[in-house]
Amino acid sequence: MMARPSQNVQPDALPDFRNLGVIARIVIGAHLLALGAVMYAEPAWNAMPERYVRAAALLEPVLLASLAVLYFASDSLARLPYWVGCALVLLLVLGLAWSTHLYFDPGAFATTPRTLMLAAIVAVVLLGYLRLNTRAYSPALAEARLQALQARIRPHFLFNSLNAVLSLMRRDPARAERTLEDLADLFRELMAEGRRFVRLADEISLLERYAAIEQLRLGDRMRIAWEIDEAPSDALLPPMVLQPLLENAVHHGVEPATQVSDIMVRIGRRGDRVQARIENPYHEGAPAQKGNRMALENIRERLRLYFDAEATLVSRIENGRYRVDIEIPYRAAS
Amino acid sequence: MSELRVFIADDEEPARERLKSLLADIAAEMPTRVVGEARNGIEVMEAFPASGAQVLLLDVAMPGMSGLEAARHLARLPASPAVVFVTAHDEHAVEAFELNALDYLMKPVRASRLAAALRKAQATGAPEADRLERASKARREYFSVAERHRIVLVPVSDVIYLKAELKYVTLRTRTGEHVVEEPLVTLEREFAERFVRIHRNCLVARAAIRGFERSGGTTEEPSWSVVLDGLEARLPVSRRQWPVVKELVAEQGE
Repeated sequence: MMARPSQNVQPDALPDFRNLGVIARIVIGAHLLALGAVMYAEPAWNAMPERYVRAAALLEPVLLASLAVLYFASDSLARLPYWVGCALVLLLVLGLAWSTHLYFDPGAFATTPRTLMLAAIVAVVLLGYLRLNTRAYSPALAEARLQALQARIRPHFLFNSLNAVLSLMRRDPARAERTLEDLADLFRELMAEGRRFVRLADEISLLERYAAIEQLRLGDRMRIAWEIDEAPSDALLPPMVLQPLLENAVHHGVEPATQVSDIMVRIGRRGDRVQARIENPYHEGAPAQKGNRMALENIRERLRLYFDAEATLVSRIENGRYRVDIEIPYRAAS
Repeated sequence: MSELRVFIADDEEPARERLKSLLADIAAEMPTRVVGEARNGIEVMEAFPASGAQVLLLDVAMPGMSGLEAARHLARLPASPAVVFVTAHDEHAVEAFELNALDYLMKPVRASRLAAALRKAQATGAPEADRLERASKARREYFSVAERHRIVLVPVSDVIYLKAELKYVTLRTRTGEHVVEEPLVTLEREFAERFVRIHRNCLVARAAIRGFERSGGTTEEPSWSVVLDGLEARLPVSRRQWPVVKELVAEQGE
């Protein structure tokens, strides 16, 4: 594959109209424009709400119809050159504006140009805004931030694992070999660059390798219940999202405890959402809670860069258990 | 040359195994015998005093009680051991060890370094208690009372009040009393978050204060006593400390 002339300049692209964040921006932007227009046209404060309601009645059908059509056309539009895509979006909005105008107010030909003009202004302003917004979060920029955020394995883990492997060298060379292979896989994943997404099946096998190493260290102090039969193995997710969570669970849930500790890993799919939950015993007052919060913030920020508002990460403490839930949109690997 | 008696404390079984095989490797130049093992600080407290070990190889990050805290308790024993700390990766701990001239090894441990550390430990003996104290940043989870072949641990969270009497400080818990040989001032400094001074000779756990009672009649200046959770006894608040204590209670009430 040939390198692009400049890695830093990303071509303009239409936003993903299925993304909740984009939809929210369009809805809010359109309403702000309507509000501005009303405030300009109506100097009296007390008459403004009524004017706004009337304007909204005009705006809402076009806005909702446009969003619905764009939602379904998003993939096809994304394949077109940017300016062609923009022109199509504009035409689409105009067409919808015209037809709703005719539907709600048949025969009012005199006001048709006004309606179309307003629709065109809103569409152009929003397209311009979304273009700027995409540029601000352009992949090149996001890439740099992602690398900075790339999860790091604790050095503590590396040295303890190497120590455990050394102890196996003479007693059980075969197991020592397997553990080194697991470590190699883990670090290959950690040092991989420039990958946007990995398959869930690969991320799960990484989790299992990581768990095998920890199991060697911690022995019967740690028990992990895997509930992953329902996991959609072809789902795509950003690399190294789940592993740091499991590492946290071991670090904060198992290592500070003298008794046996149970961790649960559950990954599944519900409709078009992929859900993952990791649970561990909670030890009050255990040190390094701050480190945990930072790791969570890190993952949350990465999810936001990948999925905008469509991914969630929630952590809570309940019945002496610490639990992290992640939800991302289900996108299958092709 | 006689064997050096070694005690190994690490929460990870492979790490203990590794140290044992290294000790076997260096046996020719440094004959040793492992006389005890422990998986956490509490087990060290239980097993170490009777083991007769001369040197303790002590993992820093252990559940239940950290290596540094364990070392501080052991330092109270009449025959306290030489200690070599072992750590995988803890910049803060390493810095503290360097500053206070405490011996440590980094995991994975090398045979030659282990031999050198044991030789040094044999020569220098037990670390002084105040160097251990300066090296530990976290406050202790336990008070300890050293007896001849035993260390009695009292969880800090169990203690309702501490009272200085002559050379000693008495710890009062719901179930009994213990005597420790530490000055009240040092204890007050270490556990400032947990205990408040109500009198020249007395610290009370903030969490155990249920209220205050007017005592000492109806004369011009009233005096106050602390009412405690779970204990019948009332403790007098000195006039000097009353403003501080009163403010604290006002904060808690908010």
